[in-house]
Amino acid sequence: MATTRILEWCGRLYIWLLLAFLYLPVIIMALMSFNVSPFYQLPFEWTTEWYALLWQNDQLISATWNSIEIAIITTIISTVLGSAASLALYRYEFRGKKVLQALLFPPIAIPWLITGTAMLIFFFGVGIGRGLFAILLGHVALALPYVIVVVSARLQTFAPELEEAARSLGANQWQVTSRVTLPWIMPGVIAGGLFAFAVSFDQFVVSYFLSTPGQTTLPVEIYAAIRKGFTPEINAVSTIIIVVSMALMLLTARFFKFGGEK
Amino acid sequence: MAGQVATGSRSGLRSALPLLLPAYLWLTVAIFLPLSAMVFFSFMTELPLSGKAWSFTLDNYATFFAQGLYWTLLLASLRLGLEVTLWCVVIGYPAAYVLAKVFRGRSREAIFLLVILPFWSNGLVRIFSWAMVLREGGILDTALNAVLPFKINIDLMYSYPAVIIGLVHSYVPYMVLTCYLTLQAIDDSLIEAGRSLGASRLQMLKRVIIPLSMPGLVAGAALIFVPVVGSFMEPRILGGRTGTFYGTVIEDQFVAVFNWPLGAALSFILLAVVLVILALASPVLKRAA
Repeated sequence: MATTRILEWCGRLYIWLLLAFLYLPVIIMALMSFNVSPFYQLPFEWTTEWYALLWQNDQLISATWNSIEIAIITTIISTVLGSAASLALYRYEFRGKKVLQALLFPPIAIPWLITGTAMLIFFFGVGIGRGLFAILLGHVALALPYVIVVVSARLQTFAPELEEAARSLGANQWQVTSRVTLPWIMPGVIAGGLFAFAVSFDQFVVSYFLSTPGQTTLPVEIYAAIRKGFTPEINAVSTIIIVVSMALMLLTARFFKFGGEK
Repeated sequence: MAGQVATGSRSGLRSALPLLLPAYLWLTVAIFLPLSAMVFFSFMTELPLSGKAWSFTLDNYATFFAQGLYWTLLLASLRLGLEVTLWCVVIGYPAAYVLAKVFRGRSREAIFLLVILPFWSNGLVRIFSWAMVLREGGILDTALNAVLPFKINIDLMYSYPAVIIGLVHSYVPYMVLTCYLTLQAIDDSLIEAGRSLGASRLQMLKRVIIPLSMPGLVAGAALIFVPVVGSFMEPRILGGRTGTFYGTVIEDQFVAVFNWPLGAALSFILLAVVLVILALASPVLKRAA
């Protein structure tokens, strides 16, 4: 029994080491964004100068707004279209349903480098070209499979008898959907929407190939800045991004667990 | 009865179509058509834009097979994928085991969430954060020199190990996630039974635990290997001049050299490699499902 105790203790220690490995670089980056020295020299002296500088960087600010706008529009479109598709896949039996479900996996499994370059070629070929509209087209397509998977998972917990009961009480198709089905799957829809927001807001590869100098998103702008040379300003904006995206996922986890519980 | 089912399924499609069509139309326009277009373009001499003359050719593929450079880079990327995957197994599997079998209740939930949380945060920023740790005069350098009695220089930035560290950091949560899901499903009484029959810890691991968690290992490996082979941002930021891989060459064709047909051919070859790997992994995964 003593060896078991020691092994368990080692195990716990190991997990904390892993968490340190996962979080230390990010924490260091966050600390350095508050450090006076632009070359990340120690000793540490507190400043918010770099965050103040961010406010004057028009390029970064406009890229940030682009990112937020695209993420919000992506969330709305992909949540609506994805939830509708999930409902259809849940409610109806038809030939080719398995194929449609299988088609959701290539967009998730194929590396973004391939999807991104393919979109660039195609959008250029048909005259859509590059820019914010092309980025939006791409982001919605990337987010859709995630929304459908998450909402479908929630639908698995829904009892079809409820729909039948509502129908037999005289509700029409629209009433059944809006008063019975939708409220039940709402936690799944919200989780799917948060996923979609995260997929879009954090997306770099696809945006990178589809952006033009004036029309870019925040991650693309950061990549360009990193390649020009590291500055504390990038630290500051990166810190903001990581805090936002982690907060977002914590929120998603709450709703997604809701989806699994009931 | 059979006829009834047939009509039922046809009307099912008719009712399903309005709900399905928008989503799948979007996926077609933004994913499936582009992927087909990429295959088409990879057989062209020029982009059929701005009135340039073009014709069909196999040259782009011939370039890949004739020039040793692309082969070497594809092999380098495959090796990178393999190394990163192995490190993720070595680091992630024990962590998943401890999470599934040692921690209990709320602390398990909380720590599990902490492990997979970074995975969903911005990948580019997390890669960038390593720059501060790994460079000379960076945190690792300063910290080690403060502790150690002798002077050492840690300058891992712009090296192959830096790329490995960054990629393992990015992808290890995947392995923990997939292995945790399969390990958690193993009944504790099974392990107790084996132990009471006199099996050593090592025997239990080899004969029971690893075989039962194989689907999680394979799923994690596939989910890590595929994107790492296609990675280009991570080697660029952390690898510097040593960070030339297959993915960075594809990136160059599209953003620097502007040889799109060759880029399309290289992308399609990568897609073929990826599909072969996923096909190899799928029997194990299907057996699990």
